Amino acid sequence: MSIAARRRHRAPHGGSRLLWSVVGWVVAILFFFPVLWMALEAFKSEPQAASIPPTILFTPTLDQFQAVLARDFPPFFINSAIATIGSTLLVLVLGLPAAYALAVRPIKRARDALFFFISTRFLPFAASLVPLYILARDLHMLDNIFALVAIYTTINLPLGVWLLRSFLLEIPNDLFEAARVDGAGFVEELTRVVLPLVTPGLAATSLICLIFAWNEFFYAVNLTSSIAATSPIFLVGFISGRGLFYAKLSAAAMLCSLPVLLAGWIAQKQLIRGLTMGAVK
Amino acid sequence: MSQPNISEPAVPGRAVAAGAARPRPAGGTARRDSWVRRLPLLPALVYVFLITQIPFALTVYYSLFSWNLLRPGSFQFAGLQNYAAVLSESSTRIAIANTVVLTLFAVAIAVVIGVAIALLLNGEIFGKGVLRTLIIGPFLVMPTAAALIWKDTLLNPIFGLVAYVLTPVGLGHVDWVNRFPMAAIVTIEVWRWTPFMMLIVLAGLQSQNLETLEAARVDGANTISTFRYITLPFIRPFVELGALLGSLFIVQTFDSIYMITQGGPGQATTNIPFLLYLVAFQGFDVGKASAIGVFSVVLTMIVASFALRTLFTIFHVEARR
Repeated sequence: MSIAARRRHRAPHGGSRLLWSVVGWVVAILFFFPVLWMALEAFKSEPQAASIPPTILFTPTLDQFQAVLARDFPPFFINSAIATIGSTLLVLVLGLPAAYALAVRPIKRARDALFFFISTRFLPFAASLVPLYILARDLHMLDNIFALVAIYTTINLPLGVWLLRSFLLEIPNDLFEAARVDGAGFVEELTRVVLPLVTPGLAATSLICLIFAWNEFFYAVNLTSSIAATSPIFLVGFISGRGLFYAKLSAAAMLCSLPVLLAGWIAQKQLIRGLTMGAVK
Repeated sequence: MSQPNISEPAVPGRAVAAGAARPRPAGGTARRDSWVRRLPLLPALVYVFLITQIPFALTVYYSLFSWNLLRPGSFQFAGLQNYAAVLSESSTRIAIANTVVLTLFAVAIAVVIGVAIALLLNGEIFGKGVLRTLIIGPFLVMPTAAALIWKDTLLNPIFGLVAYVLTPVGLGHVDWVNRFPMAAIVTIEVWRWTPFMMLIVLAGLQSQNLETLEAARVDGANTISTFRYITLPFIRPFVELGALLGSLFIVQTFDSIYMITQGGPGQATTNIPFLLYLVAFQGFDVGKASAIGVFSVVLTMIVASFALRTLFTIFHVEARR
């Protein structure tokens, strides 16, 4: 369709465009406000953070971040990083070959396998909590970060397989044929043809794994206590906060949220495809 | 597999080309080839199978036993007693009702606002990219962090910003979380999931064929009827997909309930996941918790089967395009 036609269809008069823009900005700012407020509170002093009326103009301070970092926050953050990076790598290593088998030279009953994968993702977390707790207890894996790595891999692998498959389907067949004519085996095909072309797919998969693993709370709070506790568990300490703690809470909340927030903003294009397992581009 | 291996190729050209490049092997070679093809799938399949199906089988198994972790040696076969207990207790009925209310309201409101924002962002307005960036913020913030920010800095009856803003209209110092606990949780879940719905619907709108819209306009259709008869049917599968995936996530809401209300006051915000958590980790009743778990799987699978159907439909539409 020509640009002219697009213009003709879409061009409302300047007035209505301005009006809808204003509406859009008001809505966006309303939605974003709690995030913005968290960021503002984090840079205040404690009395400013709980003042009435609210403090809008202030000299930003890094005291709260320092206080949070000086408390025992870093180990929680490191645990989150281990659980997230470990499970993401496992998802990529296990998921890419599986996606290959389901997309490039699809095996028989590929559809059944896809169905199986995704149905496990929709099992309620709650249903497997008790047996996982007892298994972890018997295997001496309670409060062990590798238990979370294993579980987060399971949560994200179905999404990873579906998503990577949707990216592999886009690679032209000729490339595989050319590689096969050259006598390339599976491993060579994977490294020479698939890997270079599937980088956006790996990025999208990593983003989705990051979001779900980093923010995961249900298993983390029930299967870890101190040694392996991840960053959302650090926030549990603020539930029954007394005295002035809003600024510190906001600083901690900021530090916990920042990795996913930044990654999600940077990779916005991959976000939608990842969230729908490749169904929507 | 005894047949020579010709799996249905996704694209017809692929089989032809493969046949041209390499003569189709027969007999034992084919069997081996079919296993070689399946090999890359196996690690992932086995891994997911083990870590999801063993716990699930154990859940079903434990649900048939009376077992309290605090009483060693209390492991006794109980038949369907746990199910009977779970179904007869009022706490279960309350939890089911709360789960349904929370899921329905949160999904419905998030879908409506999400569609509205998607339509807004699909139109000609200033700063679309920035607006989208701002709006997806709530979805990316750690849910436990967002829950505390809402509870303490926004909804607190004394120091909260909402109390301050609403004081002129006489609604200052309302203890929102304690007086309207379910509404507070629904609000926070709507805030979190609206961006998700918006993203899916916006992607749908952007894949819409503009020529159809133009044709409708030339034929004299006004904005409302164009939306009603062309845009709406087109984005319907996307809305359905968002609603179904959203339901599957929101049914499992735990973070915000744990951080804000702990299921209370009383049982006002105890949903099925939180009830299971209470039974398992406050009551240490493994049998009963497992029965609730089995129950929740059955309920979830009903919703999930619809979600999967929609997912496959969209994949087919995408493939045809």
